[in-house]
Amino acid sequence: MTLALLSVLVFAGGQLLPGDVGRAVLGPLADARAVAVLDHQLGVDRPLPVQYWEWISRFVVGDMGMSYIYRAPVAPFVASALVNSLKLAAVAFVIVVPLAIAGGVTAALNVGRWLDRVITLTGLSATVVPEFVSGIVLILVFGVWLNVFPITAASPPGAGLLTQIYYLILPSAPLVLVLFGYIARMARAGTVTALEADYTRTAVLKGLPYPTVIWRHVLRNALLPTIAVIATQAGYLIGGLIVVETLFHYQGVGGLIYGAAKSHDFPMLEAGILTVGTIYVFSSLAADLLSVRLNPLLRFGARS
Amino acid sequence: MSGEALTEAPARPAQWEIARLLLRSSAFLVGLAIVLFWVFCSLFGAEIAPQDPYNTDLLSQLAPPSADHWFGTDALGRDMFSRVIVGARDILTVAPLATLIGVAGGAMLGLVTGYFGGVVDNIVGRLIDAVLALPLLIVALMALVALGPSNGAVILAIGLSFTPIVARTVRSAVLAERELDYVAAARLRGESALHVMGVEILPNILGPIFVELTVRLGYAIFTVATLSFLGVGLQPPSPDWGLAISENYGLIGGGFWWTVLFDAFAIMSLVVAVNLVADGLQTALDA
Repeated sequence: MTLALLSVLVFAGGQLLPGDVGRAVLGPLADARAVAVLDHQLGVDRPLPVQYWEWISRFVVGDMGMSYIYRAPVAPFVASALVNSLKLAAVAFVIVVPLAIAGGVTAALNVGRWLDRVITLTGLSATVVPEFVSGIVLILVFGVWLNVFPITAASPPGAGLLTQIYYLILPSAPLVLVLFGYIARMARAGTVTALEADYTRTAVLKGLPYPTVIWRHVLRNALLPTIAVIATQAGYLIGGLIVVETLFHYQGVGGLIYGAAKSHDFPMLEAGILTVGTIYVFSSLAADLLSVRLNPLLRFGARS
Repeated sequence: MSGEALTEAPARPAQWEIARLLLRSSAFLVGLAIVLFWVFCSLFGAEIAPQDPYNTDLLSQLAPPSADHWFGTDALGRDMFSRVIVGARDILTVAPLATLIGVAGGAMLGLVTGYFGGVVDNIVGRLIDAVLALPLLIVALMALVALGPSNGAVILAIGLSFTPIVARTVRSAVLAERELDYVAAARLRGESALHVMGVEILPNILGPIFVELTVRLGYAIFTVATLSFLGVGLQPPSPDWGLAISENYGLIGGGFWWTVLFDAFAIMSLVVAVNLVADGLQTALDA
């Protein structure tokens, strides 16, 4: 349902972009008849509902249409961009998830003390700084001054997996910074709640060793909401990717959407955005399912 | 903060209590000081800047920081220190206006959907879900490509994309208030829906709306800066920080770090400060 509405919105949004498609492709000097012929070939002179139906019925079977600019099917462009973006996102997630959970739990175990304040304030600050700002500082420090990381994200062709990851560490850092605050905040809040819960008190009072209480009673309950938050951050990540991919000259889905929007390449733009929206909707769904799976209370249909 | 406590306790001491909590929070005070500093720069930047931020000087292009140019000069020989000072103005005009539009629109939408519920709520709720499935930046980017970049378009694009998010928060606040006795009493008196929403409910949900205002301002600054960096936000020759970074970041490989670093610090200090204020406010209102 949400996806169907989203597709209409994306399509309508695409139609809002001004300018005649044929004119945009052929340039301002082209003959008016040539523009009309191209419009007809591309099918953009037909009624909008017809265009929408044609586009969406092909889209669901994987045919994303032809790019106006490249005159080639959109799907391969989107697919390869998606693979690149997923690599970048994967590196970011692999770095940030353990780091942020460790940070959040450490803060919660020291709640109210200076370590808690430092972690909370760092998280808050890291989350709100735009990616291009932290990115530019990181490039200056690690790429230009210390010269330990390359300042472009794309590794040389034929590079091995380790080299590819090495090239992606600096570009993933701004994403890591933004995500750190969100995830750490959730992990901290969950742990604080679990520490105050009756079952924790019971576990302590019946004489279980402290580490056992933390591992078996506190963390299991505390990290549930955190997992849900991690999955919903996929949507944010795409927005962040636009910036990071621009800054580091990387061919990903964010860069694809940005380029398509600038050159008025509607099929490319619509395909890119709808792909992103689909991924987001499915990752929210996956997050819900995962929460149910991990929470016995929900699994057995009980209501708290 | 429960609605019940609000209706029972007299309003005045609650506000004093919040003010007292805020004044005791050092993070809030530091944030407020930095925000006020940048507001001061945006109001009087042109007067306090030592040089004309638009004046190009082809004899001193890309000069490193010195006594003449504290933050160096950019590729056109413009004084970076003056540009950073005056650069506060555009973003501190555009972002607050966008925030106002978004919060005002979202509050109205949230009041109406929360109060009436039913079909209206369902339809608007579904639309909001669909819009929220897209990252804010992509919505704003599409809108700006459609409208063409101008300050008005940036304000509108960010304001409109905030509306559904604010509407969702306000709606849940209204849902909690709607069941309380004072609303039922007002209805029994025969007050119109408009009166109940505007005069009865609205004053009681100003807390969350105010928090939303400060949090959204942080996001608005984040987004305006990012859009300017992408070239669809504020336009040259504005000395805007995001725009300056987008113009100059190709130069850092050549070692001209001063053309971007001070602008980066300016953006950082402003967004962090606004969020410290928002966080302090939220904590004080929740207490």
